Amino acid sequence: MREKILAVIEKNSRIDMKDLAVLLGESEVAVANEIAEMEKEHIICGYHTLINWDNTDDEKVIALIEVKVTPQRGMGFDKLAERIYQYSEVNAVYLMSGAYDFTVIIEGRTMRQVAQFVSDKLAPLDSVLSTATHFVLKKYKDHGTILCDEVHDERMLITP
Amino acid sequence: MRNPLSDKIVSIPPSGIRKFFDIVSEMKDAISLGVGEPDFDTPWHIREEGIYSLEKGRTFYTSNAGLRELKVEIHNYLERRCNVSYNPANEIMVTVGGSEAIDIAMRAMLNPGDEVLIPQPSYVSYVPCAILAGGEPVAIELEAKDHFRLTPEKLLEKITPKSKLLVLPFPNNPTGAIMERSDLEKIARIVLEHDLFVISDEIYSELTYGEEAHTSIAKLPGMWERTVLINGFSKAYAMTGWRLGYACAPALILDQMLKIHQFAIMCAPTTSQYAAVAALRDGDADVAYMRESYNQRRRYLIHRFAEMELECFEPLGAFYMFPSIKRFGMTADEFATRLLQEEKVAVVPGTAFGESGEGFLRVSYAYSLESLKEALGRMERFINRLDGKEEVGV
Repeated sequence: MREKILAVIEKNSRIDMKDLAVLLGESEVAVANEIAEMEKEHIICGYHTLINWDNTDDEKVIALIEVKVTPQRGMGFDKLAERIYQYSEVNAVYLMSGAYDFTVIIEGRTMRQVAQFVSDKLAPLDSVLSTATHFVLKKYKDHGTILCDEVHDERMLITP
Repeated sequence: MRNPLSDKIVSIPPSGIRKFFDIVSEMKDAISLGVGEPDFDTPWHIREEGIYSLEKGRTFYTSNAGLRELKVEIHNYLERRCNVSYNPANEIMVTVGGSEAIDIAMRAMLNPGDEVLIPQPSYVSYVPCAILAGGEPVAIELEAKDHFRLTPEKLLEKITPKSKLLVLPFPNNPTGAIMERSDLEKIARIVLEHDLFVISDEIYSELTYGEEAHTSIAKLPGMWERTVLINGFSKAYAMTGWRLGYACAPALILDQMLKIHQFAIMCAPTTSQYAAVAALRDGDADVAYMRESYNQRRRYLIHRFAEMELECFEPLGAFYMFPSIKRFGMTADEFATRLLQEEKVAVVPGTAFGESGEGFLRVSYAYSLESLKEALGRMERFINRLDGKEEVGV
C-alpha cells in the first residue's frame, strides 16, 4: 500500500484522504495511519507546492553551483555538506559522483545576491577548492511536471 | 441516372454512436465521459521511435504482413503475456487497427448464409462487418445478472446448423465485462462440440483488474486451431491514432486474410510499425502504470455510483462502467439526451452497442480524476432531481 500511496501523493499531496482511500480500495483509517507512519519514519518529509515563479511578478534567480572540496580528516563529506546546507539561501545540496563533489542549488532575488553568497560564504569555506556557478534561464519541467505546456484534451467527445 | 449505391451497404444503419456524436458536438462546454480511447498520450519513447523512423527515411511500404521485427516482438509478447505461440513467419499479420482485423477475419471465413454469433452489448462493428462479409449476424443478448459474461446456456440457445463463427469480445467494450478461464473453458467445450470458429477480440487484454490475468481462449486445448486472435496497440499503449493492430491465426486462415489485406490495404503504416516495436520491447512499465491509474478511477466510479444508488455490477476490464438506469423509467437514449441537455455531461446510451444495451449507459473512465469528479457531480445532481431529492451543494 505504501508505494501506491506515495505514487499518488507525490503528484497530488492535496488529495482528499477519503478520495485517496477510494482510489486505492483501502479504508480511510488504514490510509491515514500509513501516512502518519511514513511521516514519522521521515519517508514523507514535507508537502510542498510546485510554483512556476516565471508566471508571477516576483523576480527570482536560481543557480546551480558545482562545488569541489577536499574532505578533511575526521570530517568526511557529511560535515561539509552540513556547513553548506545550513544557509537559508541554499535550496538543495547533493553529493555527486564524477567531476565535482557537491551540487548546491541556490535561490536569490538577484544575480548579485547569488554571486555574493558564492564569493562571501561558499568559496571561502576551508575545504572548498573551487566553484562553478550556472544560472537557470528557464524551467521547462520540474518535479515531473511540464511547466511550459497547457494541456488540452484533443480527443473527440464521443468515440466508439 | 441509375442508383449508384449498393443495396447491401444502404441497408446497414450508420453507427448508433454517430447520432449521439452529432448532438454532443453542437453542445458547447459539454463534459464528456463518452470516449472509447485512453486519455494518456502515447509514451514518449514510443513516439520518439516513430519520429526516428521518419528521420531515417523509413517511409516505404513494409511487407504485406508487416515488419518482421514487429512480428517477432508480437510473438514474444504473446508468449510472455498470454502463453500462446504463433509463428512470426506465417501466423501473425499486422493490421490497420483491430478493426481491420475484425473485417478481414470475417471476410476470410464466411460463406453466404453462415451465421455469426455476436454477444451484445459489444463493439459497433461486428454486425456490419458480418453482413458485409455475406454472413448472418445472430445477436446473443447478455445480461447484467451474469455480469455480461457469455454463459454456455446463452450460447447454446442461439446455435443452429448454420452457425460458423463466434465473436468473443472480452474484456468488453461497452460493459467492462471479462471472461475468466473457467468461463472460457465452458464456451470452448461448446465450440468444439459444434465445430465453430472463434474471433477473439482481445484489444483490452492488458486492462483487467481482477485476481486472474487475462486468458486468451486460443490457449485452451483444441482452440488454437479454431481461433483468430485479434489484439492491437490502441488501448494498452494509448496509440489509437497510430491505427495499428494485429491478427494471429493458423496459416490456413491467415493466408486468406492476408490476401484481402494485400489488395485492400497493402500494409499497415510504416511509422506506426516502428513505433510499435518500441512499445512491445520497452512498454511493459507504461502499461502497468496506466493500468493502475485506470484501476484507481474504476474504484472511484464504483464508489460514486453506489453513493448515487446507480445500480452497476463491478466491471473487471477495459475502462468502462455500464450502470443500469432502468429505475428511472426512461430509455437509455432519453436519459443520455436529458443528461446532456440539463447537465452537459455526455455518456453513450447502451443501445448504441446492441438492443440488449437498453436501460444502460456506457460511462468511460479514461479521464483525469478532476474531470470525473466534475462530471459525476453533475450526474448526481441530475439523478437527485429525477429522484425528487432536495438539491445539495455540489
